[in-house]
Amino acid sequence: MDLKLKIWRQKNAATKGKIVDYDISEVSSDMSFLEMLDVLNRELTEKGDEPVSFDHDCREGICGSCSLQINGRPHGPDGGTTTCQLHMRKFKDGDSIVIEPFRAKAFPIVKDLIIDRSAFDRVQHAGAFISVNTSGNTQDANATPINKGDADHAFDAASCIGCGACVAACKNASAMLFVSAKVSQYALLPQGQVEREMRVTDMVSQMDEEGFGACTNTGACEAECPKGISLTNIARMNREFIGSNLKS
Amino acid sequence: MSFISSSIGKKVAMSLSAFFLISFLLLHVAINLLSVVSAEMYNEASHFMGTNPVVQFIMQPILILGVLFHFIMGFVLEFQNKSARPVKYEMKNNQGNSSWLSRNMIYSGLVILAFLGLHFYDFWIPEIQYKYIAFEAPDEHRYFAELVHKFENPLRVGFYAVSFILLMMHLLHGFQSAFQSLGVNNKFTPGIKKTAWAFSVVVPLAFVFIALFHHFNH
Repeated sequence: MDLKLKIWRQKNAATKGKIVDYDISEVSSDMSFLEMLDVLNRELTEKGDEPVSFDHDCREGICGSCSLQINGRPHGPDGGTTTCQLHMRKFKDGDSIVIEPFRAKAFPIVKDLIIDRSAFDRVQHAGAFISVNTSGNTQDANATPINKGDADHAFDAASCIGCGACVAACKNASAMLFVSAKVSQYALLPQGQVEREMRVTDMVSQMDEEGFGACTNTGACEAECPKGISLTNIARMNREFIGSNLKS
Repeated sequence: MSFISSSIGKKVAMSLSAFFLISFLLLHVAINLLSVVSAEMYNEASHFMGTNPVVQFIMQPILILGVLFHFIMGFVLEFQNKSARPVKYEMKNNQGNSSWLSRNMIYSGLVILAFLGLHFYDFWIPEIQYKYIAFEAPDEHRYFAELVHKFENPLRVGFYAVSFILLMMHLLHGFQSAFQSLGVNNKFTPGIKKTAWAFSVVVPLAFVFIALFHHFNH
């Protein structure tokens, strides 16, 4: 199929970017979206032009690197998938595709479609950890019985890959779904109880410091999350935060 | 970081002030509905609300502060949320992931604010003038006649109806959303959403019905 691509090009964080049009032909419907960009980049390189910079790593939907806003939606038109899992059969011959980076003050653009998501790392460093005695007599995690429902919910929350689609989809560029998933995965487990109150206050504080917006419960994050992280996590984080502040 | 300066703290404050305003709305519609049933009952209830010192000097100032707080905090949050994305998307496709109502609370809120301006001009300022500036003698029979008089002008009735439709839209997202902000998302959530939906539709429509009833019957 032949496609018209409208891609955000930006030399670096300091310069202004713009949409540049590219025509690409003979795209196979079996290609993944990233493979299509690989083909475009090969053509650009052969012509002596600067290839389009974009993030990618595992290409199997678990690393969260390949974050692109495709036709106005994070990771494109297909629900429950990352950009690397999106296939060109989802598009038609002659389609025009707008490709942009995820946009948020907390995710500055590095180059073209690559953004700096280290804000997520800093939020995690603020509290997404547990303290374990590693002196040689560490208790086997399986020795602590955990309610099946709690274990399932914690596992669901832990499936967040930190891609940033929640921030990209939210009209407020809020990171609440990401942060709440990380808060939830520890709050639900006995291993996470020691730092429970400190964790939520420190992570929310760091989230606000990074410049993410507040949640207005539109549900766009949940709808666009490739891993189906639920809004119940945000409610849990709100409870944890209120409870933590009441106790202190 | 203090609780109220955090993003979650602000949302909690918005939710609590919303619940306070929603409970006031219920009281207000109940009294207004009396005007449809009986002019005497309406006059009696209005006279009580207008002369009782607890209502006048404790509840009324709290209500005004609640309204101001909700609007100011709404603007603060809107400003902060807008600044979280300084460069806009070339293309944004939100239709599939969220409702129009949830994305445009600030606009429905602004129409309600404009309506409150008219409402204060129509009812509150004349009340202040009557009671505390002109010091006119208490008249417990004036309220129904004043209400009917306000609904004579079709333009005012039209703006009144549009404002309450916008209030309905604001409540349709805001009421159930306030529970989520307070951390309530559990097995009761489907029931909460249905109850909030019913309230959000019935109460504003009741206000519109009252306006139309008096416009066409007097």
